Amino acid sequence: MSSISIEDTDGRREILRRMLTIREFDSTAGDLFADGEIPGFVHLYIGEEAVAVGACAALDEEDYITSTHRGHGHCIAKGLDPNRMMAELFGRRDGYCNGKGGSMHIADVEANMLGANGIVGAGPPLATGAALTSQFKGEDRVALAFLGDGAVAQGQVHEAINLAATWDLPAVFLVENNHFGEGTPADEQHNIENLSETAESYNIPGFTVDGMDVTAVNEAVAEARDRARNGEGPTLIEADTYRYRGHFEGDPEPYRDEEDVQQWRDRDPIDTFAERLIDRGDLTEEELDEMRSEVQAEIEAAVEYARDADLPEPSEAYDDMFGEPVPEIEQFASRLRADGAGGE
Amino acid sequence: MSTKPETASTDRTETLTVREAIRAALREEMEQDEDVFVMGEDVGKFGGVLDVTDGLFEQFGGERVRDTPISEAGFVGAGVGAAATGSRPVVEVMFSDFLGVAGEQIMNQMSKMRYMFGGKIEMPVTVRTTEGGGMGAASQHSGTPHTWFAHFPGLKAVTPGTPAAAKGLLKSAIRSNDPVFFFENKMMYEQSGEVPTDPGYTLPIGEASVEREGEDVTVVATQRLVGESLDVADDLAGETSVEVIDLRSLYPLDTDTLADSIRKTGRMVVADESPLSYGVHAEVITRMVENEFFSLDAPLQRVGVPDTHIPFSTPLEDEVVPDGDDVRDAISQVV
Ligand SMILES: Cc1ncc(C[n+]2csc(CCOP(=O)(O)OP(=O)(O)O)c2C)c(N)n1
Repeated sequence: MSSISIEDTDGRREILRRMLTIREFDSTAGDLFADGEIPGFVHLYIGEEAVAVGACAALDEEDYITSTHRGHGHCIAKGLDPNRMMAELFGRRDGYCNGKGGSMHIADVEANMLGANGIVGAGPPLATGAALTSQFKGEDRVALAFLGDGAVAQGQVHEAINLAATWDLPAVFLVENNHFGEGTPADEQHNIENLSETAESYNIPGFTVDGMDVTAVNEAVAEARDRARNGEGPTLIEADTYRYRGHFEGDPEPYRDEEDVQQWRDRDPIDTFAERLIDRGDLTEEELDEMRSEVQAEIEAAVEYARDADLPEPSEAYDDMFGEPVPEIEQFASRLRADGAGGE
Repeated sequence: MSTKPETASTDRTETLTVREAIRAALREEMEQDEDVFVMGEDVGKFGGVLDVTDGLFEQFGGERVRDTPISEAGFVGAGVGAAATGSRPVVEVMFSDFLGVAGEQIMNQMSKMRYMFGGKIEMPVTVRTTEGGGMGAASQHSGTPHTWFAHFPGLKAVTPGTPAAAKGLLKSAIRSNDPVFFFENKMMYEQSGEVPTDPGYTLPIGEASVEREGEDVTVVATQRLVGESLDVADDLAGETSVEVIDLRSLYPLDTDTLADSIRKTGRMVVADESPLSYGVHAEVITRMVENEFFSLDAPLQRVGVPDTHIPFSTPLEDEVVPDGDDVRDAISQVV
């Protein structure tokens, strides 16, 4: 059973709501970064919402995902709480990682979300490992790795897919081809046209789908998930999509112009899906407006929540290194504290 | 800190080689906990390139003793993902020289996930790997990179020097919810000794063991050099009284046992088969200087690899791989 069914009205409305939530979360995060309220790097997912939401709607809540440095969308699609996500962006103790992760590393293992990742291509081996646990323990869970077009060039991605293919693991590898790895176009990084073609070399199914169409992504992932659960091994899916914003916030984007972006905006995944729902009577224009303002209010509340949340105490920097703690950290830390150089 | 295992009866023992002790630890932990599985290159039917996992495939089958593709980044990474989701993988990396191939998964995923996720995840993965020169395997199959892992925050590293230590520490590593690197010196596999038979027997990670008491000088040794230092101590008996400590655990490091010893002897030789600069030697010596400066009666000495790789040709290899003679020379410098 998938977590959100695109087959019924409530499911379709929830899919739309999650896409709207991602866009609102990320445009707000962009503004907050520009205002200097959020430190570090922020990579926004705007334009790619159909991929995360289409995919996660096809997964069960028990299924695992791994994510990328552009992870906010994957988190929201997996059902994470925007309050605690925003708190993590603000470095608050109440954030998903108690302020130790930030934008690039949000994780919620309880929700089977195994982490956004600052290392390009690092997620697929982790997903292979999660799929291995599922197979090993005789569970029905599937692990889906989101990865970028740039990541496809990484050696460890190949190893992860090969391993999953060899062992028929219940894994899905979902390439988000947003056409750039930082500033270099995807076609300058790969010598094949469709990145799903590499599936052939693992003797697993590979598809390229329209990543601006949430239904297409949802169907492809649902099929891949069924295959995985039936013990037929992994699938490689490429979703053709686009990011409207720069690689990171502050990117001057010399590698493209506004016209290129506009062409994709004309096929916006949220607008087209909303129109479709209105056409089929799932939703009225008024209800759509209402949904937009609800989502806006939800994200505004998340910002307030994050602003009000406590920062961690400096001494918390020494927590959580090990399950069975070592004497070293406590000793080194207490020396710092005695000096007045850190800690309490 | 106690130097004797306390967790189970150690009265009944059997004579095992290091190889058999490691195999026994794997077998017992797999029998005891069905979440434990072993994976690596040729660990299954083939029994491991140095025979360590021999027989486990027959007993536990291919699901729990998994042959992997030759793909260190992939299967070490899969070990991380499996550990993060409730399995207890023991990953064999055939030669420690290949650990760099999996470097990203070790440095950025395995070691950081727990911390970076705010402590909300366990990482019960054990990495077993072989180290050391002495068999003409040349530079790419003889290295001792254990310092890298002991140095890297978020990882634990152990280097047993006896069969009993090998069994007890490996069992603890597998039971630990933290990532533990277990470094096996390949010249020790045939070394035998008494090993407790109780399946509850483990040794705490982070404790050194006084293997022989002495009054004049402390030799802190690891792996193969523990046995060689004990031989040297025997030879010198009546002339110089040598205390020999098996360091066992590189991180965490048992400062207390070392400090107790140096308070008694005032002198120390650190013998570890790894490059001499910036290594285990340096860490032990630093802690003695920090903690026990006023107990020191002589300059501290280190025995190790003179910052070279391990060459192929026997006279060259013999030149750089440290042994008991080097320990004896170092002792003679300070007593
Ligand atoms: C191993 C590694 N190399 C380089 C980087 C720097 N980097 C961060 S994102 C990125 C581009 C990734 O492109 P892609 O995988 O297509 O994902 P996208 O940004 O398009 O979502 C690069 C090169 C990194 N984080 N990790």
